[in-house]
This record gives sequence, structure tokens and C-alpha cells, in this order.
Amino acid sequence: MNETETLPERFRRWFATKGWQPRPHQLDLLRRAGGGEDMLLIAPTGAGKTLAGFLPSLADLDARGSQKPGTRPRGVHTLYISPLKALAVDIARNLEQPVTESGLAITMETRTGDTPQAKRQRQRLKPPDILLTTPEQLALLLAGKDADRFFEDLRFVIFDELHSLVTSKRGHLLSLGLARLRRLRPELTAIGLSATVSDPMELQRWLVAQTGEVDAPHAGLITVFGGARPEITILKTSQRIPWSGHSARYAAPDIYAELKRRRMTLIFVNTRSQAEIVFQELWSINDDNLPIALHHGSLDVGQRRKVEAAMAAGKLSAVVATSTLDLGIDWGDIDLVMHIGAPKGASRLAQRIGRANHRMDEPSRAILVPANRFEVMECQAALDANYVGAQDSPPIGDGALDVLAQHVLGMACAGPFDADLLFDEVRSALPYHGLSRETFLRVVDFVATGGYALRTYERYAKIRKTADGLYRLTHPDFARQYRLNLGTIVEMPMLKIRLVRPGKRGGPLRGGAVLGEVEEYFIEMLRPGDTFLFAGKVLRFEGIRENECMASAAFDSDPKIPAYAGGKFPLSTFLADGVRAMLDDEERRKALPASVREWLSLQAAQSHLPKRGELLVETFPLENRFYMVAYPFEGRLAHQTLGMLLTRRLERAGAQPTGFVSTDYSIAIWGLKDIGAMLASGVLDLKALFDEDMLGDDLEAWLDESYMLKRTFRACATIAGLIERRYPGKEKTGRQMTVSADLIYDVLRSHEPDHILLQATRADAASGLLDIARLGTMLQRIKGHLTHYRLKRVSPLAVPVLLEIGRESVNGGAGEAVLREAVDELAAALEVAEDEDARHERQDETGA
Amino acid sequence: MSLSTASLESERYDDAGPRFAGHPVVFDCSGALFFPALSLLVVSDLHLERGAAHARRGFFVPPYDTARQLASLSAVIARYRPARVVSLGDNFHDRVGAREMADDHRAALSALAAGREWVWINGNHDPDGVFGLPGRVFDEWTIEGLTFRHEPSRGGSAEICGHLHPSATLNRPGKSVRRPCFATDGNRLILPAFATTRGGLDLRHKAFAGLFDRAALTVHMLGPDRVYALPFAALAG
Repeated sequence: MNETETLPERFRRWFATKGWQPRPHQLDLLRRAGGGEDMLLIAPTGAGKTLAGFLPSLADLDARGSQKPGTRPRGVHTLYISPLKALAVDIARNLEQPVTESGLAITMETRTGDTPQAKRQRQRLKPPDILLTTPEQLALLLAGKDADRFFEDLRFVIFDELHSLVTSKRGHLLSLGLARLRRLRPELTAIGLSATVSDPMELQRWLVAQTGEVDAPHAGLITVFGGARPEITILKTSQRIPWSGHSARYAAPDIYAELKRRRMTLIFVNTRSQAEIVFQELWSINDDNLPIALHHGSLDVGQRRKVEAAMAAGKLSAVVATSTLDLGIDWGDIDLVMHIGAPKGASRLAQRIGRANHRMDEPSRAILVPANRFEVMECQAALDANYVGAQDSPPIGDGALDVLAQHVLGMACAGPFDADLLFDEVRSALPYHGLSRETFLRVVDFVATGGYALRTYERYAKIRKTADGLYRLTHPDFARQYRLNLGTIVEMPMLKIRLVRPGKRGGPLRGGAVLGEVEEYFIEMLRPGDTFLFAGKVLRFEGIRENECMASAAFDSDPKIPAYAGGKFPLSTFLADGVRAMLDDEERRKALPASVREWLSLQAAQSHLPKRGELLVETFPLENRFYMVAYPFEGRLAHQTLGMLLTRRLERAGAQPTGFVSTDYSIAIWGLKDIGAMLASGVLDLKALFDEDMLGDDLEAWLDESYMLKRTFRACATIAGLIERRYPGKEKTGRQMTVSADLIYDVLRSHEPDHILLQATRADAASGLLDIARLGTMLQRIKGHLTHYRLKRVSPLAVPVLLEIGRESVNGGAGEAVLREAVDELAAALEVAEDEDARHERQDETGA
Repeated sequence: MSLSTASLESERYDDAGPRFAGHPVVFDCSGALFFPALSLLVVSDLHLERGAAHARRGFFVPPYDTARQLASLSAVIARYRPARVVSLGDNFHDRVGAREMADDHRAALSALAAGREWVWINGNHDPDGVFGLPGRVFDEWTIEGLTFRHEPSRGGSAEICGHLHPSATLNRPGKSVRRPCFATDGNRLILPAFATTRGGLDLRHKAFAGLFDRAALTVHMLGPDRVYALPFAALAG
């Protein structure tokens, strides 16, 4: 079939006026998806993926023609789902051009969390032909009573950046949404657009209903190969690379020198606080007044939009950004991507580097900027292994039950449902394909009355089976509650930051603009007068008023409180092994910068460089504490879990641990007793301490009271609708919510350990947060390869972890010990005072 | 019988023990306060039927809270065998809690009150009083120079109240411990919420401003099996 037959006349003309040729994959997708086949398109950035995805829809809209006057408004024809609000907005803008220029008379609108209420209402009454939106908005639309009518003309659903949409609970919710769309419109065609992944079959299956005769039904696949390999280097610097930290302050002059050579540079960082620091550092040396901007999720929407617009207009020289700019946003003229920090995961890095130079045939340029010495090794390992070209497959995982609970309530809001039909529908979604009927019914029961063995809440049921066998919502209020609690992203509680001018002499603070939001736990660390970095400014903390953090402009150049800047994303197993190998290989170490080499030889002289398969454990005293530092290189999550388990064991052994801190590379535990001496004298056995059996009872016992598991539970309970996210007029602070979720968790543990929500929490924790599988593999690997060095002082390799902040304190025995000690100290002090008084009295007597 | 118990208890608490407004007191790790000489037990902020209160709004938190509170209450009553019990308000988590309470719980609570004087103080969660349960209901109650109310008043003396769920944080190098606590400066005594082991409002919160003479303020922090008495000034460390 040739091109003329496939591509409608008006688009052929449009391509021609542009002097472009439609690409083969675009025509291929048009032919197959246009013919009703569900399709997955895998293509590198710059391959015209978005236009390809929309062509079948645009062609169909073209053929449909305009609406006859006086007829009922049509429903949405094409639904476009993107993982990011900004992406939806951006795609709408990019699509505007071909649509207008080809003279196609269609309506196209976005609908996101930022869309005003009035516009949303209007959209329900008069839907646009193409609606660009996010997974959460789709869930909202599907839970509406008018969902059937709204989607009655739906022909296509396009999932952009599918590889990132399907992961996590958000992907689970979306898969259930797709299942419902198919139930409403069985003839619907789904199109997935994705970056290269190692195993596309999972994505192909995700797109289609997992039902019918065929084994593992899946969408068709079109793969576009090619794209020049990116040119990636590590930043050359003459500066000394710091021991620890994530800010890469040292590199600012070298980064700045690169910016001056380029048209537009995107500087990616992993966390908001890193973004703040890098931004501030660059401006402090910005002698040429280069337009450098900041973009992260905590900033006010208005500020972010301004930056995006300036980028699109090519008015910026550099943008320091977090993952809010991560996905598929085509900003045109970027000719360099710099990445602060270590690569961590390949997909992520590839995605980010893909931002540079959107012409497929030219290589993208990227520079990695390691923020500390361990990261230098990690970056080098990544380049040595040609890692960046590789791709991680997105983990889809088993459908989360808390998400299912939310969806079940949503479906009840849409209208009465038959449990059997809904079960079939749910199971047609890939993540829920293996769901048992029994579990499904337990989830329904949970939604109805909480699913407790005591049927106490029957009379308060949210949904109830009526005489016709259908489940119905018992009160319309619950539909409103559903809308308010919808979504799968349970953020850390955030506080708005308002810029104020301090009133005179303790007078009232005068309020100004809201600068953005910051995590509540961070603000809790601050005392009035402390200074910190936000929105590129050094701010002085004034206090908290209701849900707002009041801060005034500070004129200090250095903030007193550094924001917690740990890498959010764990080191991949692959890179971890690369770093271990490098430590063990003198030749490869020679390639490292001088400051890193020196550091490692100091370590070899003062302690020991661990062999590739070995676990090095060091003990040493420092100030008035005793430390134990181990170097598993398994990533922060696994280390966090390891830290909790080790402290439990140490506590039992009487070492009185009082805290620990972990990085991607190592973990440090400290306590009141000399762990080194205990190991040396045999009171403590290293082998036993690191034995795999910690993943048995200790893990179970820890899970019972683990802060991490509680946080996981809080998320599950919020998603499942057990506790409220927010409620009109009753905005809870995150702290209050945490407390009540903790209580609920404890009660459930003791009364109903098999409760469906605990089941959901454990599944979550084991797979994601705790990285238990990885910890298990590590403990197995190091069996018989433990080396203990008892040192007089801190080793060079241990310095980075000790410099980390963000400590998790240990609960349990140590708490009581501290209280006992405080009381005893006080008693002793009182005795001394009384003795003194007595002496004075005696003196008085003798004096008299 | 209750009188002889009282004298027995008062013998056990000698003059060296803590006092409030001249009366010997025992700070119990459940968060209850006992006056041995008066054979008077004080509990605060029971928040009975909290689960049901949430369930009525569609949040099905576990339904075990009332049974648990009643068990803790029963245990502390068995420990001190008081002739009088005062519950300092927020006895129920919401207005309808007392009315909607399950029959077996109502029976258990009535059994606890049997043979002793029982005083319910109204709280902000349950301002309309309790229903269908033994005991007298007051907004404020006084005995032997002591005043019992739910919320602290701005003036007042020898005042015993609840409402604020006080907690204290002990800071020591490398470690801080936060616990619910009793707080008293000798003139006012605020009880923690009964039978809670964590949470609460930190004493440094502005809600406590002006309630205590900070210099005389002592906290009694709850541990699993004892109470730790510390001057407020010693917490910062």
C-alpha cells in the first residue's frame, strides 16, 4: 500500500508544505491502528512519535467530518493520557500546529488538576474532540455518573511515555481505567508510545484486555531503531571532588564554563534541594548575567509555566531542573544535557539525555557531574560498561489492592455494579490478571464496611448490595469523598512557603507571595531564625501558621540548614557491582581523578580496600560514640532496611545503638558501647550479625514497628480510602494524619494481621520501599566474605557516610535508657546540690 | 469498704511522694492520676467510640478502640480500687458516641462504675454529656479545693484538666524521646490522653502559652511500666 492511500489528502499537503516526508513508522501506525489494531510504538526521542500516535485519530476525525448543526454534542473522540500535566499541556501546543495548518476543524483541550472548575464543567457538557489529560483525571471522569455518555463516541486512547505510565500504583489505577473504557467502548483502539525498553511484550499486553481465547493477548508492535549514540563524558575538573554531599558545589565554575559554550543547557538534578543549591551556586558566579532558570515541582505553578515558556522561546541559557521536566517535553533547542549526581538507573538517564538535540541523526551530548567521590566511581563504571545505552524494563508488578479498593468505590460512584461483571473487567487489566475472586470480594467488603471480622460497621456501609443483586452507593456524600481522596500519589506532607516581612518588634508578620511548597518534615527541623534555601533564595524561617510556613528574605549568602539532599533513586545492582569491581582493580582506579585516587590509597593504607566479593566492616570511636561502618554498595533503600535490622540485633546484644545513617554505598551505625571491642572479644559475632536469618524473625519483628512500613501503610490507607486525604474545611496536617495512621496500623497488626490492607502494605514494602530481595541476595553473597577492621579513628572511606544528614533514630530500649539516664543524672545533680546546701548550712553554723 | 481501701492506699504513699495542691498524687503510666487520700482516680480524653465516629463519616478505621480503652480503664481501676472516678471530658469522640455505643460495651462500662462515685466532665467533643450510663455529668466539678474541668481556664488554681493531650520531648546528644506526659507547675495539672503511648501536643506548642509557670513546670513522661519525672527546663539537655 502506498502512502497516498493511507494519508488523508490534507495531511499529505501539510507534510508537503513543510517539505517533510511522513516517516514509514508513522504511516505504518496509521494503517494498523486506523484499522482498529491496538498498537505499541517504540521509538527514540526525535522520531516524531507524538505525531505518529495522533495520526490515526486525526485521520479518523478528518473522515468523520464536522458535526451537523442542531445535533446533540458529540462525546470525546480521542483521549490522550500523559504522566505529567506539563507534558499534556506541551503536546496540546505542539499538536496545534499541524491541526491548524492542515485546516482540520476539531477541538482540542487539556484537563489537568490545574484546569479551573468552570472549564471542567463545560468540558463535561460539551466535550472536545481530543482531550489531553492525566491518569487521575481519567479516573475522575470514569467515576462520573455521565461517564457512559461522555465517552460514547470514543475511538482512540493514546498513552504517551507508556513505559513510565505503567509503573507503580498510578499505572495500576490507569490499567483499571483502561479496562473500564473498554467495557464502555469495546471497539476502542489503544495506542501506546514508549521509549526503548528491553522487553516490550509486557507493554504490549498491558494495552489490551487479558481475556478471550488467545493466550496472553497483546498489541501489535512497531519499533523504530536508530538514533545516534549519545556522546557522554564525565565533567573534567581541576577542583578537588568532595567526600560526600549531592550538591556538586565544587563543580559550579566548570559547569558555568560549559554553559557559556552552549546555546541552551538543561541541568538535571535528582532532588529539589539539589536544584536549589546548584541554581544558587551558578548565579553566585554568573558574571555574564546568563539567563539561568530553575524548575522543580515545589515551585508555584505560575513560576514553572513562565520558565517553560521562556525555554520554548529559546530565551534561556540554562535551566536547572528536577524530574518535573523529565518526560518527553520537546523544548527544541537544547544542545547539552548535564546530569548532576550519579546515573543510578539507566532508563532515567537515557531519557534525560534524550532531551538534548531532538534531531535523531545527530548524537546527543551529555556531561555527567559526579557530586562526590563515590559518584565519580559510579559514573566511571556506567561509562565503562556502556551502560547508558541499555534500558531497564519497567516493572509493572501485581496490581495493588489499595488501588483496587479506590477503583471499586469509583465504579460505585459511576453507578450500581454487579460484582461478577466488575471482577471480570478488573481481571482484564494486566496487573490484576492473577487476582483471585476471593481477594476481589474481600476488597469489595473492605470498601463497603472496612472488612473487619467484627461486623460493627454494617449500618454505616458505604456501598451495599440491594435486592437486585447490584452494589450501590448508600449516600451521594461518598462520591464527593471519593473525588477528594482520589489518586495514588501520597506525597510527603507539604507546607506552603509564604514570603513575609517580619513585623516590627514581635508584631504580626505581614504576608506576601507564596513561593511554593516544602516537605513538612524539613520544616519541623527548623527553629525560628534558621536560614535555608528555597526558590533560589536564602530564607529565614519565621514560624508556622496553620498550613503555611512563614519565611522572610535573609541576606546571608550561606543557608544554615542544608536541605536533605540524598539521592532519591537507588543505585542499580549493575552499577553497584561495577563500583565494587573498580575498587578491587588497580588498573581501573588509575583512570579516576587525582583526588579520588588519593582518597582510595589513603583508605588502603589506613584500613582496607574491599575486594569485589567482600563486605568490609570497620569499627572506630569518634567523639563520644562508637561507630560501625559497612560497605555493601546495595543502594540506600536496601541499606536502610539493613540498618534497621542490624540495630535491632545490636540492641539485643547490648551494644546500645542510638542511630544509623545510610547512603547508596555504605551504612554507619553508632552507639554507646564499643562495637569493635565487642567484636574483638567475641561478645559479638560478625557472622551472626550479618546472617541471612535477619530476614526471618527480625524482619517480621521489625516490620511490626518499622517507620517505613508505617509510612507505606499510611499511603495504602490513604489510597484505599481508610483515612482521608483531605476533607472540605477539615484540612489535616500530614503530621496528624501520620499519627492516626500509625495507631490504625498497630491496632490492625494486633487484631487482624490478615487484614486486606496489611496484605497490601506488606506487598508494597517487600517489593519497593525495603528492597528486601536485594538485601537477601547481598547477605547470601557476603557469607564467609566478611572482613572486620578495628580502627583507632575514622577511615577515609567512612567519611562520606558520616557526613550525611538525615538520620533515622532507633526506637526501643535506647529510648528508655535515655530517659532513665536523664532522671538519674538529675537525681545525682540534686544530691550534689543538697550536699552543697548542707555544707553551706554547716559553714553558716560554724560561721555563726 | 472503699474508705478502708483509701486509707490503705494513702499509707502506701508517704510524705516524700509528689503532691498537687497539698494532696499526695500518683502518676500512673496509663496516663491516669490517683489521689490516694481522696481515693480518687482521674482519667482524661478517653475518646470512646472513636472508630465508630469515623465510620459514620465513611472512614472505616478499626473497630477495636472502645474495647481497648475499657480494658485499660478496667486495669487501672483494679490497680487503685478508687471510690471515685472522674473522667475529664472528651469521654466520647463525638456527640452521638454514648448513645450509639454497643450494648456489651455499655454493660462493661456500667460494671466499672458500679459501687463507686463516677463523674463525667463534658468535653468539646461531647458537650451534651453522656447518655444511658451511670454517673453524674458536670461542666466543672470541685472537691477538696481541687477543680476539675476539660479545658484549662486562663485563671484558676489547683486546676486539673485535659483537652490538650500534652507531650514532652527529651533531647540528649544523638537521641530524642517524645512521650505523652502529665504537666504541672503545682497550680495546674494537665493530664495526657488516657492510655496512649505516643503522639500528643508538644508542651512548647503555643496552645500551652501562659498556662504554666515554666520555671516550676515538671513533666511526668509515660514509659511502658513507669513514669519519668523531669523538670521542663531539663528537657532541652
